[in-house]
Amino acid sequence: MNLQLSHFSSAVLFAVFASVVFGITQRSTSREQIRYGLYCFAMFVGGVFVAGWVMWMLRR
Amino acid sequence: MANPSTTKETAPPQPVTTMSVLAPAIGWLIPGAGHLIQKRWIRGLLIMGSIAIMFLLGLAMQGRVYRPNGGDILDILGFVGDVGAGGLYIVTRALDLGQGAIAHATADYGTKYIIVAGLLNFICAADAYHIAIGKKP
Repeated sequence: MNLQLSHFSSAVLFAVFASVVFGITQRSTSREQIRYGLYCFAMFVGGVFVAGWVMWMLRR
Repeated sequence: MANPSTTKETAPPQPVTTMSVLAPAIGWLIPGAGHLIQKRWIRGLLIMGSIAIMFLLGLAMQGRVYRPNGGDILDILGFVGDVGAGGLYIVTRALDLGQGAIAHATADYGTKYIIVAGLLNFICAADAYHIAIGKKP
């Protein structure tokens, strides 16, 4: 099997799985876990966009 | 008289219980099982799904699975990350998968997926230990 994902979809999938684990392991209550997981996901995906724009500017 | 700014309150030593040894060990071998044996069903299943899917996606993306005798220091670090996946790593090595002939740009993501899946499993095993000793609900 040879799965070929784009850079963006690879990064978003990575963010989903890492955020789930971070949320569960780094907070105690269910509510905090969900909030922290969503926060991590937003930071991961936000970081992807920021890195993308930085690379775009460097390339110009 | 003790100075309150310099004295440190040391936590009492945690008693070694069967669960405090078993939970991280089982959690390392089977991702999420450390939580499942402590009846944290939803957490355990989410961890199991996340780490297993991440590891399998890494393999499907032609990611490389590091061997213990890589020689290069970065290969050794890659092995440390990979081995965190426990049973997934053992089965992968037994089936001789993850040969890592990187044929396209995103295959490198596969290698990183496999390493990070292992590292996340280390965190989950530590979390299972904290639940077992009562440090976390």
